[in-house]
Amino acid sequence: MASPATSLKGGTSALSRVRTRAAWLFLTPTLLVMGLVAGWPLGRTFWFSFTDANLTDLAASRFVGLDSLRQVLEDPDWWTTVWTTFRFAGVSVLLETVLGMVIALSLNAKFRGRGVLRAAMLVPWAIPTVVSARMWEWMFNDIYGVINAMLLSVGAISESLAWTAEPGLAFGAVVAVDVWKTTPFMTLLILAALQMLPGEVYEAARIDGASPIRVFFQVTLPMLKGPLMVAVIFRILDALRVFDIFFVLTGGGTETMPMAGYARQRMFEYQEIGVGSAAASLLFALIAVFTALYMVVGRVKLEGE
Amino acid sequence: MRWVKKVAFWLLLAFIAVYTLFPFYWAIVSSLKTGSELFEVSPWPKQPAWDNYAAVFTAQPFGQNILNSVLVATAVVVLSLALGLTASFALARIQFRGRRVLLLAVLGVSMFPQIAVLSGMFELVRWLGFYNKLPALVLSNMILTLPFTVWVLTTFMRELPKELEEAAIVDGATPWVIVTRVFLPLLGPALVTTGLLAFIAAWNEFLFALTFTLSDEVRTVPVAIALFSGGSGFETPWGIIMAASVIVTVPLVALVLIFQRKIVSGLTAGAVKG
Amino acid sequence: MKKVLAGLVVAVALVTPRLAQAEKLVIACGSVGQEQEVCKQGAEAWAKKTGHTVQVMSVPTDAGQQLAQFQQLLAAGSSDLDVVRIDVIWPGIVANHFIDLKPHFPEDVLKQHFQPIVKNNTVNGKLIAIPWFTDAGLLYYRKDLLEKHGQKPPTTWQELAQVAKVVMDAEKKAGNDKLVGYVFQGKSYEGLTCNALEWVDSFGGGTIVDSNGQVTINNPKAVEAIDFFASLVGNVVPKGVLSYEEEGARGAFQSGNAVFMRNWPYAWSLANAKDSPISGKVGVMALPKGGAEGKSTGTLGGWQLGVSKYSKHPELAVDLVKYLTGPEEQKRRALVGSFNPTLTSLYKDEELLKANPFISSLYETFTNAVPRPSITGTKYNQVSTEFRNGVYATLSGKGKAADNLKKVEAKLKSLGKNGKW
Repeated sequence: MASPATSLKGGTSALSRVRTRAAWLFLTPTLLVMGLVAGWPLGRTFWFSFTDANLTDLAASRFVGLDSLRQVLEDPDWWTTVWTTFRFAGVSVLLETVLGMVIALSLNAKFRGRGVLRAAMLVPWAIPTVVSARMWEWMFNDIYGVINAMLLSVGAISESLAWTAEPGLAFGAVVAVDVWKTTPFMTLLILAALQMLPGEVYEAARIDGASPIRVFFQVTLPMLKGPLMVAVIFRILDALRVFDIFFVLTGGGTETMPMAGYARQRMFEYQEIGVGSAAASLLFALIAVFTALYMVVGRVKLEGE
Repeated sequence: MRWVKKVAFWLLLAFIAVYTLFPFYWAIVSSLKTGSELFEVSPWPKQPAWDNYAAVFTAQPFGQNILNSVLVATAVVVLSLALGLTASFALARIQFRGRRVLLLAVLGVSMFPQIAVLSGMFELVRWLGFYNKLPALVLSNMILTLPFTVWVLTTFMRELPKELEEAAIVDGATPWVIVTRVFLPLLGPALVTTGLLAFIAAWNEFLFALTFTLSDEVRTVPVAIALFSGGSGFETPWGIIMAASVIVTVPLVALVLIFQRKIVSGLTAGAVKG
Repeated sequence: MKKVLAGLVVAVALVTPRLAQAEKLVIACGSVGQEQEVCKQGAEAWAKKTGHTVQVMSVPTDAGQQLAQFQQLLAAGSSDLDVVRIDVIWPGIVANHFIDLKPHFPEDVLKQHFQPIVKNNTVNGKLIAIPWFTDAGLLYYRKDLLEKHGQKPPTTWQELAQVAKVVMDAEKKAGNDKLVGYVFQGKSYEGLTCNALEWVDSFGGGTIVDSNGQVTINNPKAVEAIDFFASLVGNVVPKGVLSYEEEGARGAFQSGNAVFMRNWPYAWSLANAKDSPISGKVGVMALPKGGAEGKSTGTLGGWQLGVSKYSKHPELAVDLVKYLTGPEEQKRRALVGSFNPTLTSLYKDEELLKANPFISSLYETFTNAVPRPSITGTKYNQVSTEFRNGVYATLSGKGKAADNLKKVEAKLKSLGKNGKW
């Protein structure tokens, strides 16, 4: 009789057959729900990408092959949004990671009120985006916004800035709000990982007389690589799909529009479901390619031993 | 020199606290102001008034909206965890062909912007007869919560010791028993973490809630807040919006405070292996 | 006894048909707040009169979001919505989903409304909505500030800029440096299209696309107009205007920080409200001309009521529309909520004139209002976006109007090849 250890590893023994059957049984409910909830809508989007569907008369849509896709690729506005989105993702994920690291390191230390500060730190993440974007919109207002008021009173600026108006400043404003909102997610993951690190390593480093900075870069950081990579990948996925923050803070101007905003504009403002779906499919493809690259370069493992 | 370090450290903590909480504080202050005072920049209203808070509940069925949000979010959590638990066991501990493809497919679902699935989802909701009913939101939110839940639970499942499983098999346990009797008790932190994440995701979800509901009594909180308005079609009732935001955030913060310890230990384990 | 009972049953059966057929209609009519309330009152009055019920559906405040929502429902053939409130720029986009109202309204009734609006609502010979209330851009100004500094209300945009500068400088000397000259809706959304169309038309530069479908936007007068306003941004006009919608501009003006404001009529009652800092100090007039040979104009706004093709009770819905757009209800809405009527006769109504004296000057504005090019049909949103992108770029300093409008022209020409939209 084969030992349980080897039969857990697969092969065609009776046990592994039973387990494989169980696996599929266990997966079926999830696959059913996913098939329904994700399969149908995503399938429809892919389907629409190959048609010229229009909201004014959906029944009259015809198959047009790659034409809708071509329209998107040939539109310079599309490429503007691609650039805006990737720039946004790069800058904000970088800032969130750095800031998250700083805050996590601070909260890792022992001090009174640590629990309260940890809970407080989660507030930005707990507030619905729709709500926090409006809060910040209110604060950024150029005439009676509190940010301008404070900056003016300490003399940092000579006149009120139009934070959400000028395209250059607007991008910064959107990044600032997004960083504020999602840094807690990064902080949480990094803090968790920090708390799992073995204390002996630090002891050894201290006995060796290494400076805190060296300790951080040569001891702590390498050990954090795993959780950091996972957190970053999910943040990048979210950042590339961003829509809410841009829409609430800057409206629908093409200069400050992300890729998802472009898809939405085509679908619901221009009624061009076909072209909009093509843009959404393109967005998906870009993200998938990027994720694959990231996983290969970062050597993220998909399975255990 | 040590006290310099200490002072610097506390300054840093103060900065973190202010940076994180300032908008929320400003929302509270604004919610207590009325009329034109809203347009002035003052750190505290001259005469704090609860008018805005009262208006939140009188102008629309906000109490009902909060209840709706709670119902939807809870249902989403229960469903996601139930489905995710069984699926992750299969994906993490049983080797079978197609495992890798399935994991990638699940991740792939998270790569679509919400706006892209809106039309298809709308068709689905109408076909099932769920339009303007809460089940529409429970179902549609699954596309947001299920992938993440499956992935995180899978990661945790992987970490659980093989010996426990082997011993259970020797004892003649079926896979179902292994999941429910052997592993489930060990997964406490993981379940709390993913449950909380799913709850917040469903609670804050806006686009589906806006599109699939028609009447005020069925709406959820984010949509209700977005639909507040003032005296005219153009007027933005900042005071009321801020009051509603405060009302909505406080219970969430309380939830997070309660489960905070569990999240931290929960997210830890699986992530370390990458 | 049995015969009596049978007789009673028959009698009841004869009487109840009317009660048994009480139907429910759903109307989407106002983005909440006062609009929804006033609409509800009107709908309930009709319900009481006819014995049916009406449910008012709440919709997002943003018109674009409303459109998206309606389109989802209508494209799915949903019978959940019977009567829909349509923006003045939507007829071309949603015409497919509405019934033709011409057979239900006699010719003389239709003639009582502002004809440009009726024409606006007619797509390919099909009248898809009845005018309900109308709007046009107006110029608000601080009477008190102008008097204080010996200035007269301007008749041209150039005068406006000069007057604004004089007042701004004088007030700054006196210590008030928060005051700005002129605020309008400069954010890149439909409101900017409205403002920019007013500029272009007031300078004599046409209406982006003319009534034959030809793209006319790239002409010297239009270029002059856009360049002129771009030059104002940063001195008389604050840079923040580029993020203002209606409420942003109103906030600046109502808090006393602007000399001039362009906005819709709704701002009037709010500016004169009890707790408004500028109550009683506001004047309102038609927008200035673009130079001596220009014209005074205002972009036509307003909303109409249409009946969904998929409604289960089209006859009842039409009846509701008839009631809501009738003279009695329009007058009530004008008195209670300052909704400007679309029935021309109401502009001479004594009661209305007493309550709202400036409504007579509004009549001029509405008759001369310039509509946005509805000839572009389903492509209107795209046309509007391209146009305002060009204007926004110029206002924010990215290129001169000549170059930007040339690009706009090229894009529009590719959308409407040879005048065919």
